[in-house]
Amino acid sequence: MKRSTPKATRHVNQNEGLIFEKSSPGKAAWKLPPLDVPEVDTAKLLGSAERKDLGHMPEVSEIEIIRHFTRLSTWNYAIDLGMYPLGSCTMKYNPRVNEAVARVEGIANGHPYQPEKISQGALQIIKTLSEILIEITGLDAITLQPAAGAHGELTGLLIIRAYHKSQGKPRKKILIPDSAHGTNPATAAMAGYSVENLKSNALGMVDVASLELQMNEDVAALMLTNPNTLGVFEQEIHKIADILHAKGGLLYMDGANMNALVGKVRPGDFGVDLMHLNLHKTFSTPHGGGGPGSGPVAVRKVLEPFLPKPVVVTKPDGTLGFDYQRPQSIGRVRAFYGNFGMFVRALAYIQANGPDGLRQTTEDAVLNANYIRKGLEGSYDLPYATPTMHEVVFSDKLQAKKGVRTMDIAKRLIDYGFHPYTTAFPLIVPGALMIEPTESESKEEMDLFVDAMKSIAAEVEEEPQTVLDAPYSTRVSRLDETAAARKPVLRWSPNV
Amino acid sequence: MAYPTDRKYTKEHEWIQANGTSASIGITDYAQQSLGDIVFVELPKVGAELSGGKTFGTVESVKAVSDLFAPASGTVTAANGDLATSPEKVNQDPHGSWMIKMDLKDPSELNALLSAADYEKFVAEEAGH
Repeated sequence: MKRSTPKATRHVNQNEGLIFEKSSPGKAAWKLPPLDVPEVDTAKLLGSAERKDLGHMPEVSEIEIIRHFTRLSTWNYAIDLGMYPLGSCTMKYNPRVNEAVARVEGIANGHPYQPEKISQGALQIIKTLSEILIEITGLDAITLQPAAGAHGELTGLLIIRAYHKSQGKPRKKILIPDSAHGTNPATAAMAGYSVENLKSNALGMVDVASLELQMNEDVAALMLTNPNTLGVFEQEIHKIADILHAKGGLLYMDGANMNALVGKVRPGDFGVDLMHLNLHKTFSTPHGGGGPGSGPVAVRKVLEPFLPKPVVVTKPDGTLGFDYQRPQSIGRVRAFYGNFGMFVRALAYIQANGPDGLRQTTEDAVLNANYIRKGLEGSYDLPYATPTMHEVVFSDKLQAKKGVRTMDIAKRLIDYGFHPYTTAFPLIVPGALMIEPTESESKEEMDLFVDAMKSIAAEVEEEPQTVLDAPYSTRVSRLDETAAARKPVLRWSPNV
Repeated sequence: MAYPTDRKYTKEHEWIQANGTSASIGITDYAQQSLGDIVFVELPKVGAELSGGKTFGTVESVKAVSDLFAPASGTVTAANGDLATSPEKVNQDPHGSWMIKMDLKDPSELNALLSAADYEKFVAEEAGH
C-alpha cells in the first residue's frame, strides 16, 4: 500500500487556493510613510463619487502574494519547458538574442511622444524591417501597424474595400475555402462583407473548377491561407490568382503559415495582392499571453495609397519621419505605430539568421513536420496524402473504433510531458490531430514525441479506458468542459 | 439512428418538416454527433426573413461554432426558446428538437432536398472519408 507523505508546505504540483482564501483581517503587504503634504477633504472633493468601502479585498502579506502568483505561474506549460506541437500556432522558440536587443536602453526606453529628430533609431528599425518584409513577401509596400494576425486580416480587408470603392465598384462578397482559419470569415463579416464558402477537393486544395463558377464581379477578394491549414501548398495558386484577377477580384493571403515559405517562394511572385504576416509566428516574437502579437500587412503597389497612416518616409533632408498626408488611407488602425517591441525582436531574428539562415529554418520546419508524419503514419490515419509542408494533420479514425477521440489522445499526451497538439481543427478533417513541430525541435525531442504518440495508439488498442480517463499526472484530472461551457461560473463571489 | 421519413434533409445537415406552408427546422443526428456536446444555439428573431441556402443562426459545441443554413426561404414564426437554457436537448433528441418554425415562401423548394434514404447514403459517404 502506498503511504501518504505528510507535508509541511504546499508543493507546486499541488492545487493552489484562491488569494481570497488566504486572507486574514488586518494583514497587509504595504505600509505608507507619514503624510508629508496637506491633507484634503476627499468627501468634499469627490462628493458622492467618494468610495469608503473598498469591497472584499484579500488581506495577505508580501511573501504570500509572491508565493501565490509564483505557484500559479508554474502551472503554465511553455516552449521553454518542452515541445509545444500546437498545429497552426507555430509555437517556435523565441531566441534570447531577440530579448537582449529589445532591452538595449535606447530602444527599451524610447517614448512614442519623443520628437522625430531623437527617434531616428526607432524609425530606422521600422524602415529596415519594412524593407526586409517587402523583400520576403515579394510585394511593394507594407504597414507594421496591425496588432496581431486577425487585426492584419481586418486591415487587409479594409484596404480591399477602399480599393474597390476607389474603382467605383464596391463589391459584396469574400470567398473563403472550407479549410480556412476561423478568423477569416469573422474578419470578412466584421469588414461588412458577406462570406461565401469554397469547397476543397480530394487533395485538400481549393477546387479550381468551383472557384471558376463562384467567381464573379460581386466578389471583392478570395482569402486564402497558403500553405493551407492541412499543411498543403496550393499547387494551382497561379490559376487561382488568374481566375480572381480576370474578374477584377483581389487575392488576399493569410500569411499565418508563412514559416513554410520564407526564403523559398514569395507570395508576390505567385499572384498574391496583399497578405498579413504574423511576426509572433514566423518571426519568433513571443506568443499569446507573452505577446503582444504583430500582424504587418504587405500590399502590391496599386494598394499602397490605402495603407494605414502615418507611414514612415525619408524626408528631403535625409532624416526619417511620419507622413500623415495620405488622403486615400484607411486611417490609423493602432495607437502610435503598432507593437514596436515586436518589430525589434523580429528584426533581430531576421538579421541574426540572415537570408540563408531563414531559408534553413523554413527547410527545417518542413523537414520536421515530415519526420513526424513518417513516424506516425500507420499508427494514425492520414486523411490527405498530399505532401506535407510545415504541419501535418492526422485523424482519429483508427482510434474512434475503440471510442477514443482526438481530445482523449491529447489529454493522454499531457501525461507523457508534452503540450497537446491542436484538436478538432481544421474542421474539414473529422477528429483532427494537427501537429506542428516547427524548426525549433531536435530529432531527439521529436523521437520522444513520436514514441509517446505511438505508445498512446498502443494503449488505445489494449486498454482504451486508460486514455479515456487521462490525464493522471496533473493537479486536476479530466475537466468537464461541457459543463464549463454550458454553465460557466465567470466570477468568484465571497458568498459561493 | 434511423432518419425519420416524414421530412427532408440538406447536405448541410438540417432537417425540415413541412405541413402545408408551415415548417419546423432542426439539425440531424449526424450533425449533433459530429459537433459533440452543444453548448449554445443562436437563432433568428420571429419575423426574420430567411433565404434558402443562406445562414440563419449558429450552433456552438465544445469543439467549434457552425453555421445553420436555411433549407428553404420564408419568414420565421417561432424560435425554440428552450434551447437557450437547455442546448443539450439537441444532442439528446436531435430530430425532436426543432430550432425554428417558419412560413414557407414556396413549399415546392423542398422538392430539391434529400429524402431520408438519400441523406443516410450521403452521410455514410461523408463519414467514410
